[in-house]
Amino acid sequence: MNRKTPPASREIENINLIHPVSQALDNGCNIFYFDSGDADLVRIEWIFGNLRFDPGKPLLNVGVHTMLSDGTANLTAAQIADKIDFYGAFLQVDYGYDHSSVTLFSLNKHLQSTLPVIKDIITGSIFPERELETFIRNQRQKLQVSLQKNDFVARRAFNKALYGDTLYGLSADAADYDTLKRGDMLRHFDEMYQPSNCTIVVAGKIGQEIQDLISDSFGQWSNKSFAPDISQPQLVSAPEHFYFIEKPEALQSAIRMGKRTINRHHPDFPALQVLNTVLGGYFGSRLMANIREDKGYTYGIGSGMSSFKHSGALFIATEVGADVCKLAVAEIEKELKLLQDEPIAEEELSLVRNFLMGSLLGSLENVFSHADKFKNLYFANLGYDYYDRYVETVKTISATELQRLANEYLNFHQFYKVIVGKC
Amino acid sequence: MVKFNRFTLDNGLRVIIHEDHTTPMAVLNILYNVGARDENPDQTGFAHLFEHLMFGGSVNIPHYDEPLQRVGGENNAFTSNDITNYYITLPAVNIETAFWLESDRMLSLAFSKKSLEVQRNVVIEEFKQRYLNQPYGDVWLKLRPLVYKKHPYQWATIGKEIKHIEDAKIEDVKAFFKKHYNPQNAIMVVGGDIDPEEVKKLAEKWFGPIPAGEKYVRNLPQEPEQHDERRETVTAKVPLNDVYIAFQMGARLDDSFYAAELMSDILSRGNSSRLYRNLVKEKQLFSEVHAYMSSSLDKGMFVFEGKPNEGVSIGEAETALWEEMERLKNEEVPADELTKVQNKVESTMIFSEMSLLDKAMNLASFELLGDADMLNQEPGKFTRVTANEIKDLANTIFRRDNSSTLIYLAEKN
Repeated sequence: MNRKTPPASREIENINLIHPVSQALDNGCNIFYFDSGDADLVRIEWIFGNLRFDPGKPLLNVGVHTMLSDGTANLTAAQIADKIDFYGAFLQVDYGYDHSSVTLFSLNKHLQSTLPVIKDIITGSIFPERELETFIRNQRQKLQVSLQKNDFVARRAFNKALYGDTLYGLSADAADYDTLKRGDMLRHFDEMYQPSNCTIVVAGKIGQEIQDLISDSFGQWSNKSFAPDISQPQLVSAPEHFYFIEKPEALQSAIRMGKRTINRHHPDFPALQVLNTVLGGYFGSRLMANIREDKGYTYGIGSGMSSFKHSGALFIATEVGADVCKLAVAEIEKELKLLQDEPIAEEELSLVRNFLMGSLLGSLENVFSHADKFKNLYFANLGYDYYDRYVETVKTISATELQRLANEYLNFHQFYKVIVGKC
Repeated sequence: MVKFNRFTLDNGLRVIIHEDHTTPMAVLNILYNVGARDENPDQTGFAHLFEHLMFGGSVNIPHYDEPLQRVGGENNAFTSNDITNYYITLPAVNIETAFWLESDRMLSLAFSKKSLEVQRNVVIEEFKQRYLNQPYGDVWLKLRPLVYKKHPYQWATIGKEIKHIEDAKIEDVKAFFKKHYNPQNAIMVVGGDIDPEEVKKLAEKWFGPIPAGEKYVRNLPQEPEQHDERRETVTAKVPLNDVYIAFQMGARLDDSFYAAELMSDILSRGNSSRLYRNLVKEKQLFSEVHAYMSSSLDKGMFVFEGKPNEGVSIGEAETALWEEMERLKNEEVPADELTKVQNKVESTMIFSEMSLLDKAMNLASFELLGDADMLNQEPGKFTRVTANEIKDLANTIFRRDNSSTLIYLAEKN
């Protein structure tokens, strides 16, 4: 038998995305249902737009959201935890850059018992003083540990440089916790957690009974007399592009570099995703092939893209041996330059096309992933045709066009650069 | 309930097939029955270094990753003290590529010197990134040798020291491959949108011709029962003090495993757990505190870990942890609390069936334990655990002379 030649393979022609059934409640809350799967379970997300950032109270947004499960007018933090855990459910609060969400994973048979807890949390949190003290003390302790991690410090400095004093650039220190006050939190809570600022996304095995249960619970929920302010202050990037934070005893240095680019809404976004993949978006990428697999400077290096409501960014991140820090930076510069100077060979490009199509297919593992794809679109004000354009771009984008994008977006000298460690 | 078929090839390779037509993808997972416990004490970290070398080209295929990415696939692997596990996910229509790649590296590696040289460096950087250049990163390098005096669990999978990785030679790599990487020593799970008959044919075609190799007979020094209280204190450049108390406990296949798992859940799972409720929220002694176990195939570890708040002495912190243990030793867990952790186990299992890769890995792990179908028997085993069993177990494990305490003291500038 011939083991030298790969077996025949097929290209991925298209993908099938599950579209939701939508329901608009009278109070302005929209619900989207993704019904699929055999297992009697459900994931429900309540997603809220973040309120306008106040630089004088930088921890208010994150503090309010993180403390949602710490007590309501009806339930103590302990009672909330007891109920959720008793029914084998999972409750998560996730604070994001643009939106913050409350997620419930529950078996359908227990939903009647778990759903009212969530309703209570998002309509009646009270941020008890004693819980707030505990929260602040524990967060300060955790921050001390995080600040000893070079990659954490690099990420903060990078975001701060790109986005300034905003939700995206947040880099609070221990003293900022002094500005977190219960009165502000209650006001913030009242303004943010209103049905008109809430989107509910439900995924799992959803019969009519489950739909009714959810829409009945959250239909009886009124808006306040004032609307939430979800506008954000202007993003201002720092004039200084280079930051070196020295750690004399570091064995490795964290490197993070990149710049503000475009978000998902921009027509170039899918093409830039292809270029990012070539650069550092998969195991066989140029950065990995050179800096890990050829030079052995690092355990891992990659590039990524972030897409926010008001901005997007492309960045490279790695931790490298302190002794090879300068060499690693030089190799990164070389790889960027190469993408600007030479078109990507068709053999490499076709590999990346296939890899991205496989990745897209593989990212649709279960009904939850279909809901996740929808959220990407919905919150960027895009329709399902976005994925048609994405697939088309992945399959047909030319090397010439990618070279143009490299010259527009991958200019090393325009990059913000942060190094934490020794260099 | 995870359904599967199973058969064994003439060369000893065990194959498990799991159909899941809710996804267009397929998984090919291969578990090799070798981990850091099988290493020579002077060449630790070798099983893990070897895992990296499995990606450095095989006898007929110079680059492992490239052809896989070309058909839309991805792969990764991990090494533990017990096993080394490799997995591929790819569009199911291209499943044969996974057979081609995995069978060739089971047949033989290319044993490239360049690959060894580079991966030595990569693993040394991994050693630094994960164990040396992180606050508390070296905890397992210190705690394991305290708990284990004879058994090879006394070293972490990354190895005892960087020098062992620097010293790895290509002859050692070849010998390790011959000893451990053969069909008799592997379990393959193929899952996803696949046709079982087709998978059977492909398994015969690609893996059938691989020679059975020599059978590895494991004969490890067993860890004697502990009868002395052990303690080590280190001063380190960490921001906060940290307390670890580790106990020897039964192996994965011991009857007591299920009670132990539920006991760790009672202590530490979710915000309603005892340690979080009592020590973080009520008494406000710790900023974080956890209990967990190693679930290892030989004698395991049950570990408490907590960072005391400022102003709380190490002594007070330890006392508080011991009080929680005493409570488990003296009082039966209330029925509601036991039901709670049993419910959590039930829903966790149902949710984990949402992931094809998780199912494939679980089937392989349970087949290694003796029978893949044990995966489906798990829920019942948890349901049958009684409060009395948990109390008995707490009395067996949480003894001073079965404890190893490791204290990190923050170096104050």
